This record gives sequence, C-alpha cells and structure tokens, in this order.
Amino acid sequence: MLEIKNLHVKLEEEDKQILKGVDLSIAPGTVHAIMGPNGSGKSTLSYVLSGRDGYVVTQGSATLDGADLLEMEPEERAAAGLFLAFQYPVEIPGVGNMTFLRTALNAQRKARGEAELSAGEFLKLVREKAKTLKIDAEMLKRPVNVGFSGGEKKRNEILQMAMLEPRMCILDETDSGLDVDAMKLVADGVNALRDAGRSFLVITHYQRLLDHIRPDIVHIMADGRIIKTGGPDLALVVEENGYADILAETA
Amino acid sequence: MAAPMRNDAARFAAAEARLATAGPATQGFTAQARRRAVERLRGMGLPGRRDEYWKYTDPTSLNAPEAPEAAVFDAKEAPLFAGVDAVRLVFVDGVFDAGASDDPAMAGVEIALLSAAGRADIHWAQALYGTLEERGQSPVARPLAALNTALASDGVLIRVTGQAARPVHLVYRHESATSDAVLHHCIAIEEGADLTLLESGPAAARFNKVLEVDIAKGGRFHHVRAQGRDHERRAVTHVFARVAGEALFKSFTLTVNGQMTRNECVIEITGDDAVAHVAGAALGDGAYGRFHHDDTVFVTHDAVGCESRQVFKKVLKNGAVGVFQGKILVRPDAQKTDGYQISQALLLDDDSQFLAKPELEIYADDVQCSHGSTTGAIDETALFYLRSRGVPKADATALMVLSFLADAIAEIEDPALADEVVERLEAWLRRRIR
Repeated sequence: MLEIKNLHVKLEEEDKQILKGVDLSIAPGTVHAIMGPNGSGKSTLSYVLSGRDGYVVTQGSATLDGADLLEMEPEERAAAGLFLAFQYPVEIPGVGNMTFLRTALNAQRKARGEAELSAGEFLKLVREKAKTLKIDAEMLKRPVNVGFSGGEKKRNEILQMAMLEPRMCILDETDSGLDVDAMKLVADGVNALRDAGRSFLVITHYQRLLDHIRPDIVHIMADGRIIKTGGPDLALVVEENGYADILAETA
Repeated sequence: MAAPMRNDAARFAAAEARLATAGPATQGFTAQARRRAVERLRGMGLPGRRDEYWKYTDPTSLNAPEAPEAAVFDAKEAPLFAGVDAVRLVFVDGVFDAGASDDPAMAGVEIALLSAAGRADIHWAQALYGTLEERGQSPVARPLAALNTALASDGVLIRVTGQAARPVHLVYRHESATSDAVLHHCIAIEEGADLTLLESGPAAARFNKVLEVDIAKGGRFHHVRAQGRDHERRAVTHVFARVAGEALFKSFTLTVNGQMTRNECVIEITGDDAVAHVAGAALGDGAYGRFHHDDTVFVTHDAVGCESRQVFKKVLKNGAVGVFQGKILVRPDAQKTDGYQISQALLLDDDSQFLAKPELEIYADDVQCSHGSTTGAIDETALFYLRSRGVPKADATALMVLSFLADAIAEIEDPALADEVVERLEAWLRRRIR
C-alpha cells in the first residue's frame, strides 16, 4: 500500500538533511510501528508523507497504491486515503468541530467523485462514531480542539480517522500526553478500525502504546534511516535496554 | 508656525465650501440645532491631514465640496437581511422612496421622516437632534458630524415606547455615480423599550450619516448594519449613543469593499449597570480598487458597574489598509467598570497594512480594563491541519478567516441575523480566495 524508497529529505530553510534514505513497505491490513530516539526523523517522515511545507525531498520516492504522494497537495493525499493523527492537534477557534468534520468529509467525497453527505446522514454517522470514543455532543459542538484536554484532543483525532475512513493511517506519537486510561481508549478506537484493507504506521517513543495497538512489524529509526526491522519483540528489546544497544550494534 | 496656520485656513475654507453648497434649513424644529452646528463647524473647520485624529485616514474626499464619482456596483445578489421580516424604509441616493418602503405603522414604535417632520416647530426629536452629536464633540472634534447636523437632507426619527415587534430596516440604495447623501437619524428608546435597527447598502457615491441613539433606563438597542458591496463608494458615519442605567446598546457593522470608510462610534454610558458593545468585521481586497477602512471608537464610562466591549476585526489583502482608533475613558466616579477592547487584523499578503491606536484613560481606581491589538497572517499550522483532513486550500483559508472573525460576529445576538452576515462573508470569501 505505502511504498517508500530511498527517501532523502532536507529542511527548506536550512541546509540540514533529516531523512537520509528511508525504505519502508507497508502491505494492506498491517500495522507497522516506528520507534527511535528523539531527532531520528520520525515526525519528519510523517509530515513529508502528509505534505507539510518546509521540507524538500532531495531523493527517493513515496507512493500510495502506486500514486506519487510527493506530487500531491495535502488535501489530495487525504482524498487518496492518507491520514495523519497529529502529535499536537491544532486548535481552531470559531470553527465548530461538527462543521470541520463535515467540511472535511464532504471535501474528500467530492474529490473522489462521491456524493456529499446530507446534514442528516452526517449527523447520524458522527453520533454513532463519537459514541464508541466516548465523545459527547458537547465536545462535538465546541470549536475544534479549543479547551480540549490532551486526551480529548487525541480522541478527536481518532474520531476524524473513524469518520474519514482513510486506508493508510499515520499516528504521530499519539500516546504523548496521555494517561493509561486515555491511551487505552485511543487504542481501542484504533483497533476498531483495523481491517484487511487498512494499514497503520504508528510512531512512538515507547513500547507502552504497542501493548494496546499490537504491531505486525517494528522498525527502529535513527539518524534519518531505518536501522533495524523486526517483529513485535523488537519493541520489548527497546523497552528493556533502550536504544543504545541497537545503535551500537548497527553503527 | 506658518504651516499650521495655512492648514487652519484650509480647513475653514473647506467648511465654508461645504456650507455654501447647501444652506441649512432655517425653519422647523431642527433650525436652532442646525444653526448651532454651523457655528460649531465654523469654529473647528473640516478635518485636515495634520489632525492627530486623522493621522491614518485622509479626509480629503470626505471633505470635498462635491462627491467624487463612484460607479454603481451591480451586486446581482439578494440584498442583505432580505429574508428578515422588518419594516423597510428605503433611501435611494439619500432620497426617501415611499413606493419601495413599508408602511411604518408598528405598535410601540413611532416612525417619522426628518424631511416631513422637520417642518413642524415642535417635535419630540427636538431634544435629541444634534444633542448627542454636540456632546460627542468633546474631548475630540468630529467636524463631519457637525456638518451632517447642519446639512442633513433627511433621516428617520424613531421613538420606541415598547417592545418593537419587528426590526426597522433602513435600506440604502446607490443608483447615481455622483450622489452625495447626508442623512441624520434620531432614535429614542424609552424606559424598558426595545428595538433592533438594521441598515444595509452603500447609500450613495458619498455618504455622510449620523445616528443619534438615546437609550433610557433598561432600554435595549440592537444595531446590525452592512455597508454594501460597492467598490468605489465613500462613507463617513457617526453613531452617537447615550446609554442610561441598566440599558443595553449593541452595534455590529459589516464592511466589505468601499474605497473609503470612516465609521466613528461615540458611546456615553451615563447610568449604572449598563452594557455597551460595539463590533465590526471589515474585509477589503485592494485588487478591486482602493480599500481604506477606519473604525474610530470612543467609549466614556460615567457610571458605576458598567460593561463595554469593542471587538474589531479586519481581513486585508492586495494593499488594503485598515485603521482602528479606540479609546475607553473611565471618569473618576465610574467604579467597577469592566472595559474591553480588541482590534485585530488578518493580513492575507505582505502588501496590506493595519494601523491601530488603542487607548485607555482611567481615572477611577476600582476598574477592570484591558485592550489588545494584533496583526498577523493565516496560521500555517492550522491551515495544514485542515488541508491534511482533505479540505482544499482555498476552503481551508476561508474557514480560517471565518474563525478569525468569529468573536466579532458573536456580538450579533440574533442568530438569524448572524447567519445572514456569515453567509455574506462566505460569499465574499468564495469570490476572493482561490
């Protein structure tokens, strides 16, 4: 589904190489995790894939079902089925959460040539999805993420994911700032979305989240490259010994 | 000091030139007020570029003896508030159009035209006409308002004694490229009475309007206006409000386009526990002609426990210029005052500018007053967030603009009116942001 080949990325504003040849292949229905120390390029990878400004791809490619992601605008990537759950979801005062969700959903449907949902259809859908994530009507009415707690913001990200039904979901440190209960709720939301046609790339520092969202494959990233790939056990090794051993081993 | 003297001579000459084009009425109940206004105007002259109060806005086109031409813009869309059930009073280039207007009869509300009632020697509006304007001349001179009191050709006189069943909607049509309209409205809200006033339309090539609103104890006045979509029109408007105890004054203005707009709002809070809010949203695109928009507000607290809010937002692109001059004056006895003022500009490019002069002058010691002013661009992170969810860039930008304007729009209490304003904003954004 997602194919990343030899991806090299530098910052636009300064001559600093962040990604130095990332190779990653994610098959449909699988959950991949990327772990790694701070500054290894994990978040940059998520931003470059979703099309944030400020980065220049100097080499390599990234495709979603064969389509060149790097040539698309962020909204086109979304319509193609890519979704990034933000580490820090953005507050947008004055725009209601419902308006935001409906605008996004219908924009994607329109881009794919599908009929837009009516207000009634949308309302029914959002109520149903919100309920499972314990998001109440009050939270749906409030402006996007304004005054939301850390846990509410992350649940709101998962609600958007559930509504937009992307096929390739990237979760950028979704566990940061969450207590155990909130993490479990978020993980349950993600697990409910797992199916044969949908893939996940879970970016995290810690093994904790992976107890709840069980990955098929774990990658370790350091200094802009994936330096080691293994099964779920690899995350446990990191939890036990930190990154030092792996870094030393591959150096 | 030769230069200032030359400047002074010019301002007095400019005032005489205006007075020469149309002599004030010498008969009827407004005659005395008009004579006094002429004296005031002769004493101050018209505004000059060197006046501190006109530092950011060039008054030349507003002063000129004849209105500079302004092409009539065919908006091809339903006028704002067309869907609102209201008593509509229509002025075409400043001239009342009886045929296009509704029968003004409404329970609890007395409506008359200045042009008709003005011939009478005695009228309730005699106590109001020019009175609040005159009070508003200190501590800052507002010569174009005095000019209006002196020369106004028409206007509406509204006395409200109860709860008005419907809003009064003043519709200002612009049909002549050279029209120069001077209208003066007086509104008296009696004790506990309630009125919503709507105003819409560009009015004329050049429009000078004064609205005097006197709200008695416990009265409520809601005001929502939109200044039309004409690109070339010029306008100088003044609202003078006197707000008694426990009364409510709320005013919101939407301005899209217009090459020159100066909106002054002068509010005097005279009774305890009163509330006065004034807000505005202005959107200008310099690519369609000049856009210069100036909000000048002066709120005086002269009573205990009152609340005032000023919320002004401007969205500017392609060399558009926004100005805000806002002041809160708290007199020594106005304890427990809660004053708030915010002026913000969203610049959609590097060519536009926002000039702000927020002021607080406080003589009471137990008050809460705050003011803020910001100028910024669209938040790129938020824009990316919206786009990453599939919202196209133009739509995402429009959402961000609406988000920016939300605080000002929230000052419109009636949701139906707020919706109409938002719809108009959305239409503007669809046209201007691609």
